[in-house]
Amino acid sequence: MSIFSDIAIVWSKYGMQIISGIGNTVMISIVGTLIGLVIGLFNGVIRTIPTVKNLFARGFLRVANWIISTYVEVFRGTPMMVQAMIIFWGYAYMNGGAQLPLIPAGIVIVSINTGAYITEIVRGGIISIDRGQFEGAMSIGMSHFSTMIHIIIPQVMRNILPSVSNEFVVNIKDTSVLNVIGVTELYFYAASAAKNSYKVFASYLIACAIYFCLTFTITRILRLIEKRIEGKANYTVFGSQSDVDSEIHLEKEEPVNV
Amino acid sequence: MSESVIDIRHLKKDFGDNTVLKDIDFSIAKGETISVIGSSGSGKSTMLRCVNLLEEPTGGEILFHGRNIQTELDVSKYRAKVGMVFQSFNLFDNLNALGNCMIGQTTVLGRDKKTAEKKAMEYLDKVGMTPYINAKPRQLSGGQKQRVAIARALAMNPEVILFDEPTSALDPEMVGEVLAVMKKLSESGMTMIVVTHEMAFARDVSDRVIFMSDGYICEQGTPDEVFGDPKRKETKSFLSRFLNQ
Ligand SMILES: Nc1ncnc2c1ncn2[C@@H]1O[C@H](COP(=O)(O)OP(=O)(O)O)[C@@H](O)[C@H]1O
Ligand SMILES: [Mg+2]
Repeated sequence: MSIFSDIAIVWSKYGMQIISGIGNTVMISIVGTLIGLVIGLFNGVIRTIPTVKNLFARGFLRVANWIISTYVEVFRGTPMMVQAMIIFWGYAYMNGGAQLPLIPAGIVIVSINTGAYITEIVRGGIISIDRGQFEGAMSIGMSHFSTMIHIIIPQVMRNILPSVSNEFVVNIKDTSVLNVIGVTELYFYAASAAKNSYKVFASYLIACAIYFCLTFTITRILRLIEKRIEGKANYTVFGSQSDVDSEIHLEKEEPVNV
Repeated sequence: MSESVIDIRHLKKDFGDNTVLKDIDFSIAKGETISVIGSSGSGKSTMLRCVNLLEEPTGGEILFHGRNIQTELDVSKYRAKVGMVFQSFNLFDNLNALGNCMIGQTTVLGRDKKTAEKKAMEYLDKVGMTPYINAKPRQLSGGQKQRVAIARALAMNPEVILFDEPTSALDPEMVGEVLAVMKKLSESGMTMIVVTHEMAFARDVSDRVIFMSDGYICEQGTPDEVFGDPKRKETKSFLSRFLNQ
């Protein structure tokens, strides 16, 4: 019996089921990455609040910063599989055996884990923006919050996009650990196919191929999106101050001299 | 003399053990243009940054229309009334020239987009940047960036504008266009404090010149007094060093 016929057998019997796991894998990865991004941006904004005079506010910031650093350290320093078990079974333990619904539990775990990584990515992104723009905003009276929303975060988003899409691709692969709590994603169905058909090698080969196709296409799509967001380099210069219809379109970002 | 807009009284600023401003005392009247000169490291930028509260003064007080800016005024509202133009422009890289001049108006002054755009266009026109409203900062030359920065400050309708060496980072051929804008502003009655190394500007445009040295105001007076007949030996040596360059 060749591996090919094994694959054919597993595929014909369990193929559709395995494919149905793609939906949850992709959905949990996307939602988890997006929520992780929100967590990361929020933490980044809190972390960069300038020191304030008000003693109460300063104490509050200290505590908030401490919580954020601890969160980052703990979730980056432990395996997501273990985090999944602790969150899921910890919840059951504290609620008399009541279980978290599986898909939301999976999303929560991936979000919190991704948030820890993206917090650090965002921190780097904010630091890389020169102080001058913060001072420019301050000098016209803008608050830290509106400076972040209108000036800093848009630039940070552009800078961190490659790292965030990388996190997304990592999540596609790492959601496989959620099978330990029984989330019905790709790996879960592959494992069950392996168990039921006794064709372990063939089952996981199929899973492997599907994972690769997923990450390969998604990586390509994300690159395209990144290119799009880089934006067109051209912009419009009005050729005449009195006649706005006479536009000159410049292609490149060369300095324009009057 | 007319009523003063800003009174700086016994202003002191330490950075740790380093006392940069020791005792700065002067006022600026409405419509006045003051040039601040002095050698590098004498505390000119620090003084200006204290006036805008980018640095927290460690002693003395600064009054805006007689009210203490640290204790009696809302920082954000105060800063909106006191514009600042930096040596390094500090434009917002993600916004075009128009956006740079609008964002403060909408977020701080609560103006609606249409009004903000109209104002922004008006001031961009004043600085001769109308053709470049869609350009991002990285697409502009230094002189153009600085003119946008001036328009950004103006669009907030400030009562005072502080300039910290606005032409020091510019290529020589661009200095003129920025100084011309500032001269026009001064003539239109804007209240301005200008830290500068452009002695011709200080002499021809300002109403008063302040010479700072080592954290103190060493000498001040009309341009004629300070440039024509300096009293202090520090002023003399600074000016002669400058003119010999
Ligand atoms: N944020 C800061 N921390 C510590 N020292 C500073 C800071 N800003 C300025 N200084 C010091 O203050 C002194 C005066 O600087 P500055 O006000 O920039 O002078 P100027 O603008 O006249 O050249 C310098 O010795 C500088 O090192
Ligand atoms: Mg300076």
